Amino acid sequence: MDDLYREVILDHYKNPRGHGVIDDADASAEGMNPLCGDEVAIYVAFAEDGETIEEVKFSGRGCAISQAATSMLTEMVQGRSAGEVGELSKEELLEEVGIPNMSPIRIKCALLGLGVLKVALHRAKGTPLPTEWAGLDEEFRVR
Amino acid sequence: MSEGGYDWLMAVPAELKLDPRTLRADFPILAQEINGKPLAYLDSAVTAQKPRQMLEAMTHFYETSYANVHRGVYSLAERATEAFEGAREKVARLVNAPSSRALIFTRNATESLNLVAYAWGLTNLGRGDVVVVTELEHHSNFVPWQYVAKRTGAEFRMIPLTDGGELDLEALEAIARDGDVKVVATNLVSNALGTINPVERLSAWAHDHGAIMVVDAAQGAPHRVIDVQALGCDFLAFSAHKLCGPSGVGALWGRRELLEAMEPFNLGGHMIKKVQFEQTTWGDLPHKFEAGTSPIAEAVGFGAAVDYITGVGLEAIEQHEHDLVSYALERLADVPGIVIYGPPPERRAGIVSFNMDGVHPHDVAQVLDWEGVAIRAGHHCCQPLMQRLGVAATNRASFYLYTLPEEIDRLAEGLLRVRKVFG
Repeated sequence: MDDLYREVILDHYKNPRGHGVIDDADASAEGMNPLCGDEVAIYVAFAEDGETIEEVKFSGRGCAISQAATSMLTEMVQGRSAGEVGELSKEELLEEVGIPNMSPIRIKCALLGLGVLKVALHRAKGTPLPTEWAGLDEEFRVR
Repeated sequence: MSEGGYDWLMAVPAELKLDPRTLRADFPILAQEINGKPLAYLDSAVTAQKPRQMLEAMTHFYETSYANVHRGVYSLAERATEAFEGAREKVARLVNAPSSRALIFTRNATESLNLVAYAWGLTNLGRGDVVVVTELEHHSNFVPWQYVAKRTGAEFRMIPLTDGGELDLEALEAIARDGDVKVVATNLVSNALGTINPVERLSAWAHDHGAIMVVDAAQGAPHRVIDVQALGCDFLAFSAHKLCGPSGVGALWGRRELLEAMEPFNLGGHMIKKVQFEQTTWGDLPHKFEAGTSPIAEAVGFGAAVDYITGVGLEAIEQHEHDLVSYALERLADVPGIVIYGPPPERRAGIVSFNMDGVHPHDVAQVLDWEGVAIRAGHHCCQPLMQRLGVAATNRASFYLYTLPEEIDRLAEGLLRVRKVFG
């Protein structure tokens, strides 16, 4: 059970990577998990090609899982293309987070950052959210 | 409100004791392990566990006496009606209602409060009127009033809190200057902080201003003696599931003349006197507010739950929880980095809301679950209060008649483990 708070999660929670704000971000969104009040805001700056994620930062407050997963996410998406990250699957992030048998409630915590990032990217590109994420902006009250 | 708080004291004779260890034998669910540890259920404020006696009463009713009520002429239907109305008598007596006809069965306290907000509020509120709630309210006694105030153009005001988590009654006079106060709505006991609110004083103030007093007793009725006549309120709402009864049934007591003058809430079968193409007339109390088939067996279970808690004794329950909460406040004060919200034990029911410095409540509750300790983490349906406290969420441990002091020890030890995990 201690898997939930294994060293790497606690490390990301206590020392979040990519913590901060990008002024004049090319894409940004913020959302919350109304169940527990976890909040995440994500900011993305594209490279000159307008597609590669050059920089990604986040701010927020919430449980260790939501904040650590978002921190890990920023490392995962750095340098990848907006299109690719827009299609990034839940499983890929959950695998990276690496917690087996997470309860549905905690999975939601883990996916908050990815959901907010997806909304930010699809909004910036004017593309619709992939079907499995449809309705997400409402669920996470993304602004 | 000054440091001393409200000038009322609980007169609880010391000999009124209950033995939680004996009572636990009535609650089969408590005799289990969670994650290899005995379950310590410290979340009774959200819902209470069920004694065998109540479960058996419902089963017995289903097996011997079930039929729809107030309908059939056959014997079984009469027997069902008798059990159902008998339950109403018991629930009415629990709150010392002058007449059981003014005791309406609803789905839960939330529906009871919606009933008042819609059926009384939509007709009686308008521009220039003021609806007063508190910063301590559960959403169930907040959102309906906010909504009805908006619909009718009435002003919506909150009685603010002191830093100690108690109502600041000094703010009342300023609120009264904002218009014609028509409704004062408060809980008797805060589900989030455990604060016991001075309902008698608020009732007197409300009546001085010609307002009605609406009390959410969802968190009060399970834990202390309730007397609607002594409280001086006009409406009182509570749920069965928090007082050892089943979910799906609650109650609204209201002053008879108010209920009689009110428009109906739900419309349909059973609540009518006469239905014609041109118009329909409403049935007498309580039927006017009980459209459709009621939660019949649940009401019978409600009655059995009332028998159970009154058998244990509400004074004894209150004393037991007072002892537990005093102990919990002591134990938690020993855990580094704990912030406790709410009033001192004298004015607090069996609820402790707290945060641990640097650790989100969800993470606290998760680690405690490994220890078999079940507490609530979240906003407790009190987002205005969370805003007032400046937090997104809190941890909440809450107690009932079956709670043991050693479960509070396990909570405190579990919190030390949380500290260890999060360093």
